[in-house]
Amino acid sequence: MSATASAPVTAISMTVNGKEHSAEVEPRTLLVHFLRDALGLTGTHIGCDTSSCGACVVHLDGDPVKSCTVLAVQADGASITTIEGLAGEDGSLHPVQEGFWEKHGLQCGYCTPGMIMTGAALLERNPHPTEEQIRHELEGNLCRCTGYQNIVRAIQFAAEQSS
Amino acid sequence: MYPEQFEYQRPSSVSEAIGLLTANPDAKIIAGGHSLLPAMKMRLAAPAALVDIARIPELKGISASGDGATIGAGATYRELMDDAALAAAYPVVAETCDKVGDPAVRSRGTLGGSLAHVDPAADLTAVMLALGASVTATGPNGARTIGIDDLFVGLLTTTLEPDEIITSISLPASSAGTKQAYEKHSHPASGYAVAGVAVALQVDGTTCTSARIGVTGAPEYAMRATAAEDALVGKELTAETIAAAAEKATEGLGELNGDVYASAEYRAHLVKVLTRRALTRAAL
Amino acid sequence: MVAAPEAPERMVGKALKRREDPRLITGGAQFLDDVKLPGMTHAAFVRSPHAHARIASIDASAASSMPGVLGVFAGDDFMDLNPLPAAWQAGGVTNHPVTPRVLAVGEVHQVGDPVAVVVAEDAYQARDAAQAVIVTWDPLPAVVDAKKATEAGAPQLHEEAPNNIVLEWSCGKEADRVDAALAAADVRISHHLINQRLIPTPMEPRGSIARFDPATGDYTLWATSQAPHVHRLLLAAFVFGIPEQKIRVIAPDMGGGFGAKIFVYYDMAATMALSKKLGGRPVKFWEDRSENYMTTTHGRDHITDLEIGAGKDGSITALKVKTWANLGAYFSTIAAGIPTTLYGRMVAGCYKIPNIRVDVVAAYTNTAMVDAYRGAGRPEAAYVIERVCDLVAQATGVDPAEVRRRNFIQPEDFPYDTGVGMLPYDSGNYELTLDKALEQVGYTGLRQEQKRRRGAGERKLLGIGLSSYVEVCGVAPSKWIGLPGEGWGAGLWESANVKVHLTGKVVVTTGSLPHGQGHETSFAQLVSDRLGIPYDDIEIEHSDTQAAPFGFGSYGSRSLSVGGTAIYKSVDKVVTKAMKLAAHMLEAAEDDITFENGVFSVKGSSESSKTIQEVALAAHVGYDLPEGMEPFLDETTYYDPPNCTFPFGTHVCVVEVDTETGGIDMLRYLAVDDVGNVVNPLIVDGQIHGGIAQGLAQAMFEGAVYDDDGQLLTGTLSDYAIPKASQLPWYELDRTVTPTSVNPMGVKGAGEAGTIASTPAVANAVNDAVGHLISGEIAMPFTPERVWRAINAH
Repeated sequence: MSATASAPVTAISMTVNGKEHSAEVEPRTLLVHFLRDALGLTGTHIGCDTSSCGACVVHLDGDPVKSCTVLAVQADGASITTIEGLAGEDGSLHPVQEGFWEKHGLQCGYCTPGMIMTGAALLERNPHPTEEQIRHELEGNLCRCTGYQNIVRAIQFAAEQSS
Repeated sequence: MYPEQFEYQRPSSVSEAIGLLTANPDAKIIAGGHSLLPAMKMRLAAPAALVDIARIPELKGISASGDGATIGAGATYRELMDDAALAAAYPVVAETCDKVGDPAVRSRGTLGGSLAHVDPAADLTAVMLALGASVTATGPNGARTIGIDDLFVGLLTTTLEPDEIITSISLPASSAGTKQAYEKHSHPASGYAVAGVAVALQVDGTTCTSARIGVTGAPEYAMRATAAEDALVGKELTAETIAAAAEKATEGLGELNGDVYASAEYRAHLVKVLTRRALTRAAL
Repeated sequence: MVAAPEAPERMVGKALKRREDPRLITGGAQFLDDVKLPGMTHAAFVRSPHAHARIASIDASAASSMPGVLGVFAGDDFMDLNPLPAAWQAGGVTNHPVTPRVLAVGEVHQVGDPVAVVVAEDAYQARDAAQAVIVTWDPLPAVVDAKKATEAGAPQLHEEAPNNIVLEWSCGKEADRVDAALAAADVRISHHLINQRLIPTPMEPRGSIARFDPATGDYTLWATSQAPHVHRLLLAAFVFGIPEQKIRVIAPDMGGGFGAKIFVYYDMAATMALSKKLGGRPVKFWEDRSENYMTTTHGRDHITDLEIGAGKDGSITALKVKTWANLGAYFSTIAAGIPTTLYGRMVAGCYKIPNIRVDVVAAYTNTAMVDAYRGAGRPEAAYVIERVCDLVAQATGVDPAEVRRRNFIQPEDFPYDTGVGMLPYDSGNYELTLDKALEQVGYTGLRQEQKRRRGAGERKLLGIGLSSYVEVCGVAPSKWIGLPGEGWGAGLWESANVKVHLTGKVVVTTGSLPHGQGHETSFAQLVSDRLGIPYDDIEIEHSDTQAAPFGFGSYGSRSLSVGGTAIYKSVDKVVTKAMKLAAHMLEAAEDDITFENGVFSVKGSSESSKTIQEVALAAHVGYDLPEGMEPFLDETTYYDPPNCTFPFGTHVCVVEVDTETGGIDMLRYLAVDDVGNVVNPLIVDGQIHGGIAQGLAQAMFEGAVYDDDGQLLTGTLSDYAIPKASQLPWYELDRTVTPTSVNPMGVKGAGEAGTIASTPAVANAVNDAVGHLISGEIAMPFTPERVWRAINAH
């Protein structure tokens, strides 16, 4: 690809939850704003402005990323999965979603999509994490309601499902 | 949460990227973006243009063995953690990457970015000092090699020219298989190093033949604790010699950082404790 | 006639997983930021970089012509609106409330004070233009410390409040009597405590979206609101001066509140007024986290001096408390009630203290406003009294557990008046929770291990911290809390409407609304049992002023004990009416009808019965009703409780302190709580978990810090330490059940108990671990440096 001078808008395309999307965006558009405002995928949340809280975690080509700290143009050509795309096409919940429901891993639910996306990515890399590993991998996801214990249980539940 | 406007360019080669940087002195390089984008979202940084080097193939790849390692500057923390050969020869790299930020940061942040940005609280800066790394930087006049000891010169400041890009990082054979460890006191909110100490020791029997210690978080920028290193070389590695060396860990670091969470005085204390703990874990 | 159905499964007491969750785990919920309206515009505020300054000029000329900008407005453009209301002024004393306007006019009093607002087509453009508004300032000196603010020579914030004093308030015995008791005490302790400032930090920040309808003159406000009806009332009656029905307030799904979303904020009125100025285009304001930290309310921030008198046996004979409460730059909605009614009147804790007095001075400073934050006054009170217990233990050599035991109010003492103006505590068995906690944690063994480590000179010392707490929930009745009494500017009852529709499905409309507490599940559980109608046939409606008749909202752990009781009583009314109709349908006398598991039966005749669904159908169609009966099973209750409820318990924290670095590991955290009867144990445990986490966070990590110029040094989530999963321990929970007689369900409240209990448990544990090595008190949060400094001060 050759260098593209790009103000005021840049054309991008990406696959989001299995669907192709093309759009013209200002380069400064954050991925999270693109997902929420252009695509209407409002399950990905914004809880801070310092890349701290993790409410906006999505998967970019399989890796967990904070969509507030990725420009939409940086995700050009990528495959993105958001919370809306995690369940099966038949609506069957992902084991981590099941775990959060089963173990009361959420209260207000605002951090939950990011937590679930981080939890799902964790289990992809490490299907049987210890409690300590789970807590370590959740360091970029803040929850103010649960005190985390039931989130740990939720991910443990999901790990047991896949064994 | 809303950056100012800028122009976005995505070159496909290093030479193209350098051309863009040369043409626009107000352009900034973006790779993972995990230092730059947070500043831009708060409007603390507002570059006129971003040159996105994340997809340049020349910046990718890791090759490692007992004879040294060459790491593309664009290697992410996750890629560094996942490389088995690198972990075998330089285990402290993966150990440290696991302490950087969080999984999402590790997905995006790059080694080259960390070294070029030289955040005073970064982790890999100290590790690269301990391992005696060197970087290859490419600019309009071609490539040159900069020893890690000559790279960092101040707060967020390196000896790189504005239109130079770090393209790769090399780790020497001499530090492969050394006794290595990284000890860190993390800031409870940001996760950055309040103080971090990386050590790499060569030993003959139980005698230390070479020691490199990198300190981050506490000093203005990552530095070597040379007085502590000197106190180890030629000594039997015992609890006593390690403790004595650790006491010297702050010598030469200059005025230390202090903030609302940790004062300079406390950081000095931490540097000594962490140095002793890192040395102890590595050697004993 | 139908065959009686099988008895439905009992729902109350069951750990049912929540019906709220499917939408929340799939991204299907609708939070405020997800609300999108046609033609919606975006507001951005221009804010003061100074803590105290005069506004010399505002130049919006460049901003006004920037792309997408629809208007730029300053304070003068909103002078037709009144300042925000002061809804709770402290009872019985003079208050000097100065509340914020929509935009500051003339002078700013805190960093972040809004002085102008830009409306643009999108949020990026609004920020661009806000940055281009040029304000010139004449900076003034600032003060950030409540005690210093009241001293001579301090910068003055508001001329209406001389010496920056908002109010001075006292409770308890006369000062002379307490002084005499202090003088006569075997042991006398003087002590100083700081309860630091906290930032509530619900993971969802705050925001408002307003739409004005030019055709009707009506406003609709979507807001992050724990109290939509109260917001409607306050905005209509006090800020806009229009009838209440001209405003509809809707609270969408809410990402936590913890108190910070109870209050009326500038942006609510601003977006409403701006939508009108724009001819009805909706206006959205959605704060960034750093704006949230600057201008949404904070919590706590007390400076306290203590005088303690005790007997050699550990009995607390006298306690004199003097507190300076920092209320920030302006008077927030219910700010005055927190350090008075909810703090001063709870300082006695679980103990019989014959001579006790609390004096409070509340002050303005150049900082963010302080108001209710999870626990609201009770955490501050628990911190004082639970530290007092440990200080007495330390001074007398009596074990901390024994000190508590010696001073506890006993089960036979209830209802008990602590002598500081709180209503009598309803019920309790404090010693039982202490005994359980000590046994489960292995207290004796831990004390031995603590001694061993100290004796061996080990680097890591053990500390055991106890916290026996009592708190107050479901604050009521209105005649006590209201204007003639404690000064709350309204009632504090709750409403509920229950309808059984023709189809037999139930819709409950409540003024209590959830922001994470699972009301839709718990309320449906209790209705299902009372009506004998399947759980899945019951819907709970909330969060819209067009739904419930009125609601005071969710805070103070009042939803189940007050809102739930209103539902309970509405259900009873439905049953009473249905009973009459069933008797008519079964051609029997009403006295001969029984109601069980959703079935009305004639006594002694198993053949003659009607289900509640059949009765509901008959009531709805109205073909054959008893003389004078109105159709439809539809009942409303306005429930004003006769008293508050007083949950209690004992928490134990075990810490290990690394004396080399000052680092603290929380090894165990055990809680024995008594919240009365429990509707859903899964939800109650979750509330306790989260409460504990927030209390631990205060002790260990959190603290909002301003520099002397009033700049917030902990202004983002990368500076202010909300705890992470890796920083918190596993919680071991147990409970005792002492029902209250205040409400028919015997429930007390669980939302804040954990927070109230846990901070002093950690504080006591840390001071217990290193108490022999330090002098004085280590201030919270217990950062490694603070602990290290305390240990190395000698």
